[in-house]
Amino acid sequence: MLHLVLFLVFGAICVAGAVNLLVQKHPIGSALSLVVVMASLAVEYLLLGAEFVAAVQVIVYAGAVMVLFVFVIMLLNAGEEELTKGSRVAVVLGVPGVLAGGLLVAWVLLRHSGEHTVSLGALPGYPKVIGQLLFHEFLLPFEVTSILVLIAILGAVFLASKPEATPRPTGKEN
Amino acid sequence: MVPISYYLILSGILFACGVIGFLIKRNIITIFMSIELMLNGVNLSFVAFAAQWHHLSGQIFVFFVMVVAAAETAVGLAIIIAVFRTRETLNVDQVNLLKL
Repeated sequence: MLHLVLFLVFGAICVAGAVNLLVQKHPIGSALSLVVVMASLAVEYLLLGAEFVAAVQVIVYAGAVMVLFVFVIMLLNAGEEELTKGSRVAVVLGVPGVLAGGLLVAWVLLRHSGEHTVSLGALPGYPKVIGQLLFHEFLLPFEVTSILVLIAILGAVFLASKPEATPRPTGKEN
Repeated sequence: MVPISYYLILSGILFACGVIGFLIKRNIITIFMSIELMLNGVNLSFVAFAAQWHHLSGQIFVFFVMVVAAAETAVGLAIIIAVFRTRETLNVDQVNLLKL
């Protein structure tokens, strides 16, 4: 019972944050509502027993990634977005289409997903167990992601650095 | 006791909100945030399935998705800064050099 109540409360906060992300006109409002979504998702992970994932969610997503977003929004001085013709077409065609698809998926899930239920903390994902899996079974993917992150750092530094004053093609000066 | 399907429906709602934001938003940063929202929805379904099948691989996969998302964010925001430097706009409708 407590599990269901907690799930519903934080699920409602989650959905409210996601809808607020769509409604907000200013990107900074969208970014802050995305923080709400990620924080309440961390609580949902805790309810499922994924403690390590919840901690990483708060540290990496709600912390690092969102700081990056807010930083870029302030750096570029992003103002309110204006609606254009393309976005009106998207609203008219896209929103009902996505809603219809979502309702279909929800109907299928409710009808055919069987009677699987989870209790509070069903599968405890302690950092110890996760670490053992990560460094034995999934060692190669782990190392590959470290290379990926290294390349991403180099790429980000290269892309965001100011373009150097390109030396003008100096022909014969005359 | 909460049915697994509730968690999956919540993740579906989050994914649908991400798709709608991707379609209707015109600010390139907000579009990027919608992509993050979609990734979060998928992560929730991974953790829910991990709990259903009593297998921790789902949670490991969420970890990898988060790493890839963080790398993607770093590179994507750098690209956004580069686009803003050359085009001086954040509106995706005005970034149309490839359009016929």
